[in-house]
Amino acid sequence: MAGEKRVCLSGMGVTKIFGFGRTRTVAVDHVDFKFHEGEVVSIVGESGSGKTTLAKILLGLINPTEGEIYFQGQKRDIRTHRKKQEYWKNIQAIFQDPFSSYNIFRKIDSVLMDCIHMRGGRWLPHAKKVEMMAEACRFVNLKFEELTNKYPFELSGGQMQRLMIARIFLLKPKILLADEPTSMIDACSRATILDYLMDLRNAIGMTLIFITHDIGLAYYVSDTVYIMERGRFVEYGSADEVILRPKQAYTRRLISDVPKIYEEWDLSTV
Amino acid sequence: MRHTLRQIFRSGKFVVGFSIFMMILLIVIVYPLVVTHPPLEIIGQGTFFPPGIYVSTYDAINAPTTYMLNLTDAAAKRVANKLKNEDRLAMKEWMVAAGVPESEIDIADTESLLTLWKRHYDPNKRMEGMTFARLRYYQRVNAAIEGLLSTEAAIIAAKNRETGALEEVSAVKQTDYVNISEVANVRVLALGTDNFGRDVLTELVRATGVSLQIGFVAGLIATLIGLTLGLLAGYIGGLVDDVIMFFTNLFTVIPGFVLLILISFSIGQDKRGAFTIATVIGLTSWVWTTRAVRAQVMSLRNRDHVNLSKLSGHSIPYIILTDILPYIASYVVMALILQISSGILAEAGLSILGLGPRTTEVPTLGLMMNWAMIYQAPILGKWWAYLPVLVTIALITFSMNLMNTGLDQVFNPALRD
Amino acid sequence: MGQAVLEVNDLTTKYITRFREDIYAVDHVSLRVEEGKTLGIAGESGCGKSTLALSLMGYYFPPLHYVSGEIILNGRKITGMKPDEIRKTALGTEIAYIPQAAMNALNPTQKVINFIEDVILAHNPTQDKKDIYELARASFEVLGLPASVLHKYPVELSGGMKQRTVIAVSVILRPTVLIADEPSSALDVTSQKMVIKMLKGLMENGFIKAMIFITHELPLLYNVADDIMVMYAGQIVEKATAKQAVFDPLHPYSKGLMGSIIVPESGLRSVKLTAIPGAPPNLKKPPAGCRFAERCKYVQPECKVTYVPLYDAGNGRAYRCILSEKTLREAYQHGW
Repeated sequence: MAGEKRVCLSGMGVTKIFGFGRTRTVAVDHVDFKFHEGEVVSIVGESGSGKTTLAKILLGLINPTEGEIYFQGQKRDIRTHRKKQEYWKNIQAIFQDPFSSYNIFRKIDSVLMDCIHMRGGRWLPHAKKVEMMAEACRFVNLKFEELTNKYPFELSGGQMQRLMIARIFLLKPKILLADEPTSMIDACSRATILDYLMDLRNAIGMTLIFITHDIGLAYYVSDTVYIMERGRFVEYGSADEVILRPKQAYTRRLISDVPKIYEEWDLSTV
Repeated sequence: MRHTLRQIFRSGKFVVGFSIFMMILLIVIVYPLVVTHPPLEIIGQGTFFPPGIYVSTYDAINAPTTYMLNLTDAAAKRVANKLKNEDRLAMKEWMVAAGVPESEIDIADTESLLTLWKRHYDPNKRMEGMTFARLRYYQRVNAAIEGLLSTEAAIIAAKNRETGALEEVSAVKQTDYVNISEVANVRVLALGTDNFGRDVLTELVRATGVSLQIGFVAGLIATLIGLTLGLLAGYIGGLVDDVIMFFTNLFTVIPGFVLLILISFSIGQDKRGAFTIATVIGLTSWVWTTRAVRAQVMSLRNRDHVNLSKLSGHSIPYIILTDILPYIASYVVMALILQISSGILAEAGLSILGLGPRTTEVPTLGLMMNWAMIYQAPILGKWWAYLPVLVTIALITFSMNLMNTGLDQVFNPALRD
Repeated sequence: MGQAVLEVNDLTTKYITRFREDIYAVDHVSLRVEEGKTLGIAGESGCGKSTLALSLMGYYFPPLHYVSGEIILNGRKITGMKPDEIRKTALGTEIAYIPQAAMNALNPTQKVINFIEDVILAHNPTQDKKDIYELARASFEVLGLPASVLHKYPVELSGGMKQRTVIAVSVILRPTVLIADEPSSALDVTSQKMVIKMLKGLMENGFIKAMIFITHELPLLYNVADDIMVMYAGQIVEKATAKQAVFDPLHPYSKGLMGSIIVPESGLRSVKLTAIPGAPPNLKKPPAGCRFAERCKYVQPECKVTYVPLYDAGNGRAYRCILSEKTLREAYQHGW
């Protein structure tokens, strides 16, 4: 099904090397990928697998040492600040820790206002801006009237993460990169966050890229799963294919190490 | 913001430091309003007058009213004041030689000493082994005591304009007193005078003000340079970081104080004003702030909120000002306080070496130390010329370090007890 | 019923905050751990499960304070004993505790064997160092840890190895009960599995007689625990066997919690997850009625005003809800 859709973001031989000499570390090692429009992709890896570095490369926060990234068929060009701004209108992110994702000195209003300005709404009348912010908050079941003039740290973790989604709602990017968006919040709020993310994807038709260590989550949400080990993609394919019929030993081990509830969790393999 | 302030003022250490500092500041501001003498006016003809109240003798004699007070111990006090310790010891020595038991003689009790002396002293008696000069000395002491005990008035005479002869104008009796408030010229020199004959207290207050200004300017310059370079090096990184760190390391390797001495020396005595010195101190002490700010910024720049700000399309200056600076503001304030106190110390150090501001315009704490050193106040035991200065420097730096520790405990929860 | 090694009756403990407010983080909790069993405690962050773990040791230090209730450890009542006495006679030898970041407890400047010497000498100052080494080596061998670890510094060990080392050290005095509070949550899945395997082996090898395992990860809890206790806002809301708790929960909160489980297993890809709106109540001012009432789908008018006790459903099962077992099951099956 993925093949019929247009490729949204792809990479060829993307590599990132930190340091040199004895401290040289290859964080991302010649990875190729093709993410399609409207697809939900998961990049699964353990800590140290390079998934966060890859995420930052995709976001354009750091430059790859080698390799090219193509955005909508065009070679990505983010050499100037203006071009970066243009690129960031198309790709946005939600980070793992909602508590550190906000500038604690800025009010919630200004966080949302930034998004309106970024979409070219700087000269809209104030009432219209408030209306837009309220709509975004309503989307994630928050009340803007209760949030206005408050600081992000006055909210709970789940509420902060929902506000993050409200931010994306205002920005309407083509790609959303979610870096472990549910790992720091409670199980009960997790479902809510995932629901809102999926709703948002359906509403604005964006591509959703999950970066996660949780193979269960990857299986639950995604169409396509990439398994990353030590900077390389060892296996990728549709979620059912990769999780239920893994081909690589690493993938098999990863899946077998996760506790299950229906199948027997075999402890003898370690 | 208000919450932070409340927390800061709940910290005991900060409050104590802040109170001391505010007290010093208050004195520096209020004192000149009350005491309007120029701080560097030379009033004493001589060096190191001890602390005390100075009453004009002339005006005391010419006071409008003279009061008569009959105080029983007046004579004894007068003698006690005149009789030096060595005289008392000599008297004791004589009397012991004359056969008075040593236990009976108490040289601290003037009255009993004098009674004993009057009873036993014989001016012509020459002890064995006593030189003639010593005999004469005892006769002189005895004469002086008798003079003191005499009840005659002191005669004040003036020259008659026609005859040129001295004529008695008035007699000052031993029972005459004047009310000090009726004396025209009284000057309180709470800390005496210094080597130039200047009022130490007034000078000290002025010097504290100037030193604080120097410290503040030096601290502000050092912090501004350090902050700017640290922010740039830490946030932008790469080549900018390398260049800035090259210079920072260069300055770290050269001892700051040596550099300060060399620059100060090459500027030349007559071009060195207080603020030139402040600037020089500031320009040589930014290194540590730079390094500290850079380290803080480097740990901040990969934080998610900075990434989010980037993704929101903000420019680098905007990110530095809104996403980095507020997070390190508390740290910078603490660095500023330390820089101010070390600026004051640096000025003191420079001035003691004679490389401080030129001496003609303003006093600084360092200059006062320098003068006291040159005129050997510590050796001569003129404590009032240097001890108050030392205490002031200690109090300022102590209060600032206390504030700093207090702030550190508020901003750094790991240090809270 | 088997022999109870740890029995807790109506235990209440509180935190006193800096602003002199009381937070009852463990509110009238009763539990029973039998020999050979693992009791699992589930709950979200802030529900009081870690505080319960600390409270169970009977060793309180500010800001945590004992309020009421009793703890009977190995037939001996430890509530009311002097802290020093508990520390000397119970901690480490009868009850041991592994916190979440236990691996950071290792002194970075000490070799592992020195750490073990410290632990053992604190309880038995006359023990010979050679004997300690032999004891440590033997224990490590049984637990599947290489003896070479003993001569290493903590920095030379990986996170998983450090955690396993700390566990091995904490059971070296053969405590009766081990309390493990999120012992594997900071580790990657492979290390987690090794830690779990080791914990499960502790009972088989006779190091401990019973275990209390605390985690917010339900699939993990299901695989480790025999019985599960679900905590919400300082109270126990459900007690059941692991199977019942996961597949047939009674309390609406447990139901929601179990409905949010995500595991990479066939057929679970499109299952709708349960979401519970809202947030837990503020324990400084807990509501008078059911603490879950504000977020409950099946809330009744009286839920918010009347205190809801823990109802016994037989066979060691209990739940804290005014609705009957039957009503709840029907509601879950056919909707409300």
